[in-house]
Amino acid sequence: MFGGIDPALLIAALMVNSVPIMLAATGELVVEKAGVLNLGVEGMMIMGAICGFVTAVVTGNPYFGFVGGALGAVALSAVFGVLTQVLQTNQVATGLALTLFGLGLSSLIGQSYVGIKPPATGDLALGPLADIPFLGVAVFSHDWMVYASILLVAGVWWVLKYSRMGLVLRAVGESHEAAHALGYKVTRIRFLAVLFGGALAGLGGAYVSLVRVPQWTDGITAGAGWIALAIVVFASWKPWRVLAGAYLFGGISVLQLNLQAAGSAIPVEYLSMAPYLITILVLVIMSSGRGKAALAAPACLGQNFHASR
Amino acid sequence: MKRRTLLATAALGLGLTFGGAAMAQDKTKACFVYVGPIGDGGWTYQHHQGALAVQEAFGDKVEIAFQENVPEGADAERVLTQMALSGCNIIFTTSFGYMDATNAVAAKFPDIKFEHATGYKREHPNVSTYNARFYEGRAVQGHIAGKMTKSNKIGYIASFPIPEVIMGINSYYLHAKKVNPAVELSIVWAFTWFDPAKEADAAKALIDQGVDVIASHTDSTAPLAEAAKTNGAVIGFGQASDMAEYKDGPRVSSIIDNWAPYYVKRVSALMDGSYAQADAWEGIAGGEVEIGEITALVPAEVKAEAEAMRDAIAAGTYHPFTGPINKQDGSVWLADGAVAPDGDLLGMNFYVEGIVGEIPQ
Amino acid sequence: MLRLEKRASPSVFWERASPFLAVALTMVAGGIMFWILGKNPFEAIRTIFWDPLFNDQFAAYSRPQLLVKAAPLILIAIGLSLGFRAGIWNIGAEGQYIMGAIFGAAAGLAVYPVESRLIFPVMIVAGAFGGFLWAMIPALLKTVFRTNEILVSLLLVYVAQNILAMMALGALRNPEGGGFPGSRNLSQIPSMANPELVAGTGMHWGVVAAFMAVIAGYILLQRHILGFQIKLAGQAPKAARFAGVSPARLVVMCLGISGVLAGLAGVFEVTGPAGQISIDFNVGYGFTAIIVAFLGRLNPVGILFAGLLMALTYIGGELAQLMLGLPSAAIQAFQGMLLFFLLGTDLLTNFRVRLAKREVA
Repeated sequence: MFGGIDPALLIAALMVNSVPIMLAATGELVVEKAGVLNLGVEGMMIMGAICGFVTAVVTGNPYFGFVGGALGAVALSAVFGVLTQVLQTNQVATGLALTLFGLGLSSLIGQSYVGIKPPATGDLALGPLADIPFLGVAVFSHDWMVYASILLVAGVWWVLKYSRMGLVLRAVGESHEAAHALGYKVTRIRFLAVLFGGALAGLGGAYVSLVRVPQWTDGITAGAGWIALAIVVFASWKPWRVLAGAYLFGGISVLQLNLQAAGSAIPVEYLSMAPYLITILVLVIMSSGRGKAALAAPACLGQNFHASR
Repeated sequence: MKRRTLLATAALGLGLTFGGAAMAQDKTKACFVYVGPIGDGGWTYQHHQGALAVQEAFGDKVEIAFQENVPEGADAERVLTQMALSGCNIIFTTSFGYMDATNAVAAKFPDIKFEHATGYKREHPNVSTYNARFYEGRAVQGHIAGKMTKSNKIGYIASFPIPEVIMGINSYYLHAKKVNPAVELSIVWAFTWFDPAKEADAAKALIDQGVDVIASHTDSTAPLAEAAKTNGAVIGFGQASDMAEYKDGPRVSSIIDNWAPYYVKRVSALMDGSYAQADAWEGIAGGEVEIGEITALVPAEVKAEAEAMRDAIAAGTYHPFTGPINKQDGSVWLADGAVAPDGDLLGMNFYVEGIVGEIPQ
Repeated sequence: MLRLEKRASPSVFWERASPFLAVALTMVAGGIMFWILGKNPFEAIRTIFWDPLFNDQFAAYSRPQLLVKAAPLILIAIGLSLGFRAGIWNIGAEGQYIMGAIFGAAAGLAVYPVESRLIFPVMIVAGAFGGFLWAMIPALLKTVFRTNEILVSLLLVYVAQNILAMMALGALRNPEGGGFPGSRNLSQIPSMANPELVAGTGMHWGVVAAFMAVIAGYILLQRHILGFQIKLAGQAPKAARFAGVSPARLVVMCLGISGVLAGLAGVFEVTGPAGQISIDFNVGYGFTAIIVAFLGRLNPVGILFAGLLMALTYIGGELAQLMLGLPSAAIQAFQGMLLFFLLGTDLLTNFRVRLAKREVA
């Protein structure tokens, strides 16, 4: 116990808190690794939230809900993909428009779903693991998406680092001209990356409406997508650092609320801006201590590509 | 002042050009400006229910129009002016932040009635204000909380440190303390009216601290959803709307903002010509604050006591802020038997004795 | 299959015509959406695009409001466009806008109730400085520590929002406001107000500043060495370095200018249309301005038109809600569609669409 706060409960809370951001940020990382900057994460997340919610309510099955959420966001990300990859639109502007569109559309779809409870997503029964002192409460008493999201981070890390697919993806993001010259289909690869990013953002959104706050209300993701974007940069486009960044941000967000609940003497107004300030501070420390290459964004990030032959 | 003259000229121009449109109607048009989406399930949702009640009550004689998601400030002034130009006869502005915009537009359209919720400025004869005594509901909740807590720790998720919220915290705490002297209150300031994920986190933080009764002053049902995950260990209350979907779970009662009686009354007065400027601040008695059904989780005797308190407040025989009450620093606020003047409540910026912590500045 | 072929030089015809094509396509797609929602599509489209400009009932009021709504968007977008051209990503104009308003308001309120002609100019300078200061944080962190400016500027928006809430509740709170959040109404204090300069035109100092920014931006990009360096750094970073362009200086200049302009937008807004510092003072101009900047193809004159078009959809959207009962969500989705089409049809400027036998990647 420190300051009246139980660390096991704190860890448990931050693991749940971080899931939506972590999922969305992992998806966006893949998109950006392929050289595409999609600022529409918030819009895709909220589409995932409503589509997941509707699917879960209609089918009565939370697992279908997550599938529906992912598909809903994939559909929206496809709009982004067509616009930026086929019609060569500016990625920053298209991403922001995507968020606007997603917020509006989700609210239209959700009009008759306010005040309904979705089917519950239960905790995963981990048997004896859940009885381990400290770790049982902190780590082994969550729903399956908590673990699935960590596995997804691991999977993305492995694929990017060791697989041929990852190599091609990175090549496309670092130099689309060279990748094209080698015969890779730049547009197609980027399009698929965008869809993957949409799917993960959708899962993150569905997690908000199905697990974290099991309900639908307009604007339920409340800016989580923007934080996810910041986390990708924070992570310097490295998957494990996305996990670290999401846990850091989520951890401080949870900690500040816990400190308040425990009656801490630190003024509330400073506590409530702490997650943002500390995230900036940590990135400054990391960026000042390392070589330039370690922090560099994919070289072609945000640039459009058109095969001229 | 030069500016005043300019404004007056503009107003005259607008009035001359468009005054006719508003007059020529036989239907009464009631308009509503909302700060959030109707789908917020809380504050705006309840105001919209009030608007629908007006339509229901008068049928063809009334036309309603509304606009959601109107930001406070410059946009509000424009929206209000457009409403006035569109022929609204009475305009309800349903958020505190519309105060200056309401008064500014009211100056330009003296024939249109403006009703501003939760504010205090009535600079023109055609501006009325209305609010509800939510603290009366908080008293009932506090009583239930004090009786129901097993850990003697109760929690409050607060939005922003404004008198409205502080009033609620004080009322909740005083009545919990009255029936359970050992009770401790933990307050979490979310610094938002609406952020379901953050509200859920705040509830979780309170629960992790051992709190087993949670009241909230934010708009979503997220705190109840979080409490529901404890399988009955933690209870809470519906806020703004009944939040009946959690009735079989943690929601043991609720405060319902019921604007319908007021809206119907005002529109009716406008139609029959008895309308007059007002500063309405009604509570349980006027039907604006409703105590939602107290569920079976609450023992019958506690339920009976809570309902007796509700009825006493409604009958005017009990005021939730009746002395002796000291301020947090120990100084006397209300002497024995004294009842809080409305002015004190409307500007409340202190905790009562016993609450730990400071109000954020 | 259709195939794209890059034009040797951009088509002048399509550069002019594509926005009209986009609006036409949006009318079709949006009309279908409105029809699905059970509204008359023709009426809805007319209300959004036509009524704010030409409706007898509204236009006299709405037309000048276009300028009021567009001014902050244009002002901020001009600043952002410089950085975007040079590959410097200031995503946090919203925060700089907030800080401009806070600094400006604080400078004025610090000497309240002194009246002097000097106060307003000092507030404007303070506002510009506030925005500048806030933009210098990411600028210096980028130049000294190579910290990514996207992350820093974005997260500082949230910090600025927290400071805004603190100010509205604390230091800048109106002492005569009965404990409610929000500063004094600056637009009602003659020496601090930013009034309409010519009645019925919507022209206030912020609109003047926006027009001046468009002209200055145009001159800067066409005639000034800094404009040349910005364009060079964006198109050929290596060449820029050979030409002696200091990347650090460019970062500081671009972020500084956009910070100043966002700060100015903030202070003009808080002294004029918005009137006061309140918790919800900011309504997303800083983010919308990013879209405006790109819709205007990072070109000052283009930004002017893009800002006015955005403002038209906001105001027309409000009228559509009011008159036709369209949900605000439908308007948001409609705006999103319009942006998609505007961005998408731009393709025709740079590419020729040809029929092709085989698919080409």
